Amino acid sequence: MTELSLRGAELDKTRMVRLLQDYGVYAGVVVLFLVNVVVTPNFVSAENFRTQAVQVAPVLIVALGMALAIGSEGVDLSVGSVMALSTSLISLYLGYGPWIAILVAVLGGMLVGLANGSLIAFVGVQPIVATLALMVAGRGLALVLLPQLKDIRDPGMAALGSGGVLGIPYLALIAAALAVAVAFVVRRTTFGRRLLAIGDSRPAAQLAGLPVRRVLIGAYVLSGALAALAGVLATARLTASDPTSLGTLMELSAITAVVVGGTPLSGGRVRIGGTVAGAVLIQLLTATLIKHDLPPSWTQIAQAVVIVAAVYAARERGKR
Amino acid sequence: MSQDHTTPVRTGAVLVADEVTKAFPGALALDRVSFAARAGEVHALIGENGAGKSTLIKVLTGVYAPDAGTLTYGGEPVRFGTPLDAQHAGISTIYQEVNLVPLLSVARNLFLGREPRTRLGLIDFRRMHRETDAALRELGVRVDVTRPLRSLGVGAQQMVALARAVAVDARVVIMDEPTSSLEPREVRTLFGVIRMLRERGIAVVYVSHRLDELYEVCDAVTVLRDGRVVHTGPLAGLDRLRLVSLMLGRDMGEVRSEGATKFSGDHDPGTQPVLSAEELSLRHTLHGVSVRVRPGEVVGLGGLLGSGRSETAKAIAGALAPDSGRVVVAGAPVRTGSTPAAIRAGISLLPEDRKAEGIVPGLSVRENIALAALPALSRFGLVDEARIDAVVDTFVRRLRIKASSPRQRVGELSGGNQQKVLLARWLAMQPKVLLLDEPTRGIDVGAKAEVQGLVDELAADGLGVLLISSDMEELVEGSDRVVVLKDGAVVAELTGADVTEDALLHAIAATGEAAA
Repeated sequence: MTELSLRGAELDKTRMVRLLQDYGVYAGVVVLFLVNVVVTPNFVSAENFRTQAVQVAPVLIVALGMALAIGSEGVDLSVGSVMALSTSLISLYLGYGPWIAILVAVLGGMLVGLANGSLIAFVGVQPIVATLALMVAGRGLALVLLPQLKDIRDPGMAALGSGGVLGIPYLALIAAALAVAVAFVVRRTTFGRRLLAIGDSRPAAQLAGLPVRRVLIGAYVLSGALAALAGVLATARLTASDPTSLGTLMELSAITAVVVGGTPLSGGRVRIGGTVAGAVLIQLLTATLIKHDLPPSWTQIAQAVVIVAAVYAARERGKR
Repeated sequence: MSQDHTTPVRTGAVLVADEVTKAFPGALALDRVSFAARAGEVHALIGENGAGKSTLIKVLTGVYAPDAGTLTYGGEPVRFGTPLDAQHAGISTIYQEVNLVPLLSVARNLFLGREPRTRLGLIDFRRMHRETDAALRELGVRVDVTRPLRSLGVGAQQMVALARAVAVDARVVIMDEPTSSLEPREVRTLFGVIRMLRERGIAVVYVSHRLDELYEVCDAVTVLRDGRVVHTGPLAGLDRLRLVSLMLGRDMGEVRSEGATKFSGDHDPGTQPVLSAEELSLRHTLHGVSVRVRPGEVVGLGGLLGSGRSETAKAIAGALAPDSGRVVVAGAPVRTGSTPAAIRAGISLLPEDRKAEGIVPGLSVRENIALAALPALSRFGLVDEARIDAVVDTFVRRLRIKASSPRQRVGELSGGNQQKVLLARWLAMQPKVLLLDEPTRGIDVGAKAEVQGLVDELAADGLGVLLISSDMEELVEGSDRVVVLKDGAVVAELTGADVTEDALLHAIAATGEAAA
C-alpha cells in the first residue's frame, strides 16, 4: 500500500517537473507580468511596454543564434564581441549609406561565425574554446577599427532605433520576425532537422551520412549574423558606436535566456518559444526590481535563482 | 562440459576468486566464477563479448565489489575497497588503452605517486630519470625519459605502463588485450617481458582474442561464457578447435541440423557482385581483406571478437578510412573514408553499437527514419512533411515497428524496435547493399526472429547483404556464404554445403598456415 502510494507521488512529481520544464518559463512570464500589473505603478502603459520591448530585442536576437549553437551541442561565446565588431563596422561604413553599412556589419558577423564553425568542424576545437578565441579577437578587432566611442548622426539609423509602426518599435518587430524565422528554420528545414540530430548524437549523425561539418558551420554563421544584427539595432538605439562596452557579457545573458527557456545544454533540442520567453522573463525581472528601487545586487541574485531553477529542471530531464 | 577441470588447482595461487558472483540490473555478469592466478604462470582469460572477462578483471582489481564469493590474496581473504587498495597490495593492471598521464614526462609517469624525494622534500628528478632509463632499457625500450608520454608511439607507451607495473613490485600483473595496438616487433618485446615476469615468479593474467598468442605465451587458460567458467586448465594439450568451441558455446557434433532462426537460407543470387571490397588494409586491424557480395546474396562475416569484422564493415561504409584498398558498388568505384559517398553509392550500415552510433535517441521515430533520406524528402531545403509521413507510415507498417505514435522518442523504444527504425532509415534510401553488424544482439527473441525474417525478405528482393554475427547459428543459417576473418585477414571462405557451424569452427581455430 505504502509502496503504491509512494509510486503515485513519484509519478505526480515527474509529471510536475516535466510540466514545469516545458511551460515553467511561460508561467513565470505570466506570473511576473500579473504581479507587476498589481504592484508596479504605471506598469500598464504603452510607453513602458515599448521600453521593455526595445530593451529586450538585442538580447533576444542574440539568444536566437545562441539557441542554434547550443542545439548543436556547442556554445557561442563570441556573440558580444560580434556586436562590438558590428558597431565599429557600422560607424566606418555609414558614409556609404545605412544599408551598405548594415550589410557590411552582418557580413562581418558571418565571417566570425565562419571562423568559429571552421575551427569547430574542421580543426576539432571544442566550441567553448574556439568561440572564446573569437570573443577575444573580435573585441580586439572592433577596437582597432574604431578606438573610441563615436556618435552616429544618420537619420536612417536614428529612425531604426526609435521609430516604429502603429506604436510598435521597429526593434521589437524585427526581433519578433527573426524569432519566427529561426523557429521556421529549426522546424521546417533540413538544416534544422540535421542540426538537432547532430546535437543529440554526433556519431549517429555521422554514420547516417549527414553533412556534419556544413551544418555546424551553418549554425555558427547564423549565430554570427544574428549577433551582428543585434549590434546594428543596439547601435541604432544608442545613436552611438561604442565598441568598448557594447555587448559585454551579452553571451552570458543570451545563454541564460536559452537555458531558462528550456533548451538543454547537452544539445539535440532547440526551443525558440522558450528562448523568447526566457529573454522576456529576465527582462521583466530586472525591470521589476529596478522600478522598485532595489539595489542592482538584488537583480543579480534574482537572476541567479532563475538560472538555478532552470538548470534544476534540466537536470531532472537528463535523468528521465 | 569438462566438469573435471572447473575447480582451480590451489597450488602456488597468489590471487584466487572463489565462487564470485556479480549482478548488474538486468544481467548476471558473473555467476559463481572461480579463478586462480598462480605465481610464475601466465594464465589466459578468454571469452566472447559479454562473457564476463572485464567484470572479472574489475572484481580482481577492486573496481567492483563482488555480490557473493570471496577473493583470496596471498592466502588471506581480502576485500579491495578501491582500485588503489588493489594496486598497493601489488596487483597491477595494464589496460587496452594506456591509462597514464599523457602530458607528463615518461619518468614522471613511471614514478607517479611514489616519486623519489631529495632531502628538501622536492622531487629528485636526477634519480628519477636515471632509474626510469634503466627500467626501460631492461624492457628493450630506448626513449628520452624527459619527453611527455604522449609524444611516444602507442607501443612505447604500453611499455612504459608495463615498466610501471613491474617497478611497483607487483605480484600479479593483469594485461587486457595488450597487443591490440602493437607492431609485430613490439609484440616480440612484450612476450620477452612476460617471460621475464614469469621467471620472477609473478602471476600474469593475459586477456586476448588472438589464439596464436595464447599458445605462444600462456601456460593455463580459463574460458568464460555468459558469466560462467566453462573450462579451466593447462593450455598445453588443449586442442585449438576445442578452445574455440568452448568460447563460442558450440560443441562439434552437437550442431542442430534444423535451426531456431527465421532464416530460410536459400536465395538466388545474381552473378555480378553488387559490392566488392578489394584488399582493404587498416593499420593494426585489417590486412588486405577482400569481400564480394552479389545481389540477393547474404554473405556472413565470421571470426572471433577483434578479428576485424566490424572494421571491415565500417571501412566499406566509409566510417573508417582504410590505408589502402578499393570499394566498388555495382561496377562504380566509391571514394573510401567518406560516409556520404558510401551512402550515395547505395551502401547502408547498421552499426554494432546501436545506441551510440545508430539511433538519435532524443528525436522521434519519424525524424529518425527520415534522417538519412532528408534530401529526397525535401524541396529547396524545406522539409516535405506529407512525404515524410507517407514514407514513415509505409515502413512502420512494413517492419511492424511498435511505437505509441511516430512522434514517440526512439530512446524510449525496445531494442528490437530501435533496430527496426534503423532498418527503416536505410530502406528509405533504397540501398543496394546492407551491412548488418550484429543486427540481433540484445533484442528479445520475438523481435530477433522478425529481424531475421526481414533480412531474408530483403535479400530475396535483390539486396546484397553482409551479415556480421557472434551468434554462430544465426550466421550459418542466415548466410549463403561465410567469409572467415582472423587477425584482420581472410582465412577461409565457406560456400554451399560447407556453410556449417562445424566448418566455421574449424576455420576459426585453424592456424594461419593451414587455412590458406
